[in-house]
Amino acid sequence: MTERGATVLYDVPGPRTRLRNNALTLTFGVVLLLVAYFVWTKFDEKGQWNGELWQPFLRADTWTELILPGLLNTLTAAAVAAVLALLFGAVFGIARLSDHRWVRVPAAVVVEAFRAVPVLMLIFFAQYGGSLAGLVVTEFAAVVFGLTVYNGSVLAEIVRAGILAVPRGQAEAGSAIGLRKNQVMRLILLPQAVTAMMPAIVSQLVVLLKDTALGFVVAYADLLNAGARVVPANYANLIPSVIVIAAVYIAINLALGYLATWLERRSRRSRKVSADPAAAEMAGGEVPLVR
Amino acid sequence: MEAVVDELPVILGAFWLTVKLTVVSGVISLVWGIVLAAMRVSPLPVLRGAGAVYVSVLRNTPLTLIIVFCGLGLGTVMNVQFSRDDLSLNSFWLSIIGLSAYTSAFVCEVVRSGINTVPLGQAEAARAIGLTFLQTLRLVILPQAVRTVIAPLGTLLNALVKNTTVAAAIGVMEAALRMKNLFDAHGDAIIPIFLGFAAGFVVLTLPMNLLAGRLARRLAVVR
Repeated sequence: MTERGATVLYDVPGPRTRLRNNALTLTFGVVLLLVAYFVWTKFDEKGQWNGELWQPFLRADTWTELILPGLLNTLTAAAVAAVLALLFGAVFGIARLSDHRWVRVPAAVVVEAFRAVPVLMLIFFAQYGGSLAGLVVTEFAAVVFGLTVYNGSVLAEIVRAGILAVPRGQAEAGSAIGLRKNQVMRLILLPQAVTAMMPAIVSQLVVLLKDTALGFVVAYADLLNAGARVVPANYANLIPSVIVIAAVYIAINLALGYLATWLERRSRRSRKVSADPAAAEMAGGEVPLVR
Repeated sequence: MEAVVDELPVILGAFWLTVKLTVVSGVISLVWGIVLAAMRVSPLPVLRGAGAVYVSVLRNTPLTLIIVFCGLGLGTVMNVQFSRDDLSLNSFWLSIIGLSAYTSAFVCEVVRSGINTVPLGQAEAARAIGLTFLQTLRLVILPQAVRTVIAPLGTLLNALVKNTTVAAAIGVMEAALRMKNLFDAHGDAIIPIFLGFAAGFVVLTLPMNLLAGRLARRLAVVR
């Protein structure tokens, strides 16, 4: 896709263009290097490249004692919230397609309301509202609540769009051979919809994983907390520490991103799926999956 | 309910800050995102590579981390200052750097996907009449590409409104942090306060979504 978009805009260069492109490549290369050099010296002036600030990351105990427990907490929160959000999304996504008005309308209200509210506000609300109700709300519970409700609502929209993207004939054929409504949904529509929506679901789960970092604001002991509070408190190396933590996040998210691309390519190849992933994707999804 | 009415000026002030954050970082990320998209489709491998690295780094880093890096890393450690005496103004601009840096990566990808939808013949015709790469992009491709991506850009703007709450991580008193403060001050009115703030966000995003939908239909390129 990238290549097509790129070559639409310019021809195969001739000798003069090649010369000019080489000159421009050199110019922009120098400009980029100058920018990098500027940033490097600014950080160097503050001594951010000093060995002792980076040293802790070469020692095993920094990782085992400080960073990995944070990573574990991040992954736990993400996993629990992902499972709950998928359940939430499936229930409300199907409920929005119900034939009964009294199911459809409340489900739509819930989904639309939670999609409009920022996750951080939901997390604060879980903390304060929960203690108002006499519950002990841990930071973990608050983070999981916020992530579940918000991402669940987004997933509900994805599920709904996926089901609507299955050709009508499929449901009609199901009814024609005498399946009940719930059987049509369970045996015919959902399996095809889920396969078609898999890339959008995975990319929403990447969003969810990234959003666990919001736990930092309520002092949940996650990976960002380890990188921006715990490690700098021990070694006074905030910038190196945040950069290392960012690399960990990027590695995890890139891996999940490749999984999404692979799943998408697989579902495109498979002939069994009649729902078009591209069409379904256009209809829903928080951040459009851009290929 | 009285709590919400009593604190109405405070709540509106918080939302005014949210609006300012959204508008300023929205404009910056739109411009920067289009520049990035142009870099990513340019004939120069250096610019393509730099754009691709920028986008994949920024897109895969949590926004909270970026904002914390801007607030504590740039602000406290690197001593980047926008105002010597007003600390809140400082964290306001630092969080705008973070929000714009993050959002522009998404704008870039959306605009680039729009460029992919412009038919081959358009660019070929532009080249045939002798336009250069930048002219082709500016006069022929981008006007059509941006029109086709108005709906996804609206979704991004919607996400940006909600993402401004992350600035709370470095103490910007926007809606979410203000709501937490009001929770502390009015422990008995948590549900009305929450509903008030939630309504505020609906009021901010709903007209925006309707407008984006209408614009997308009106400006659609007929092919």
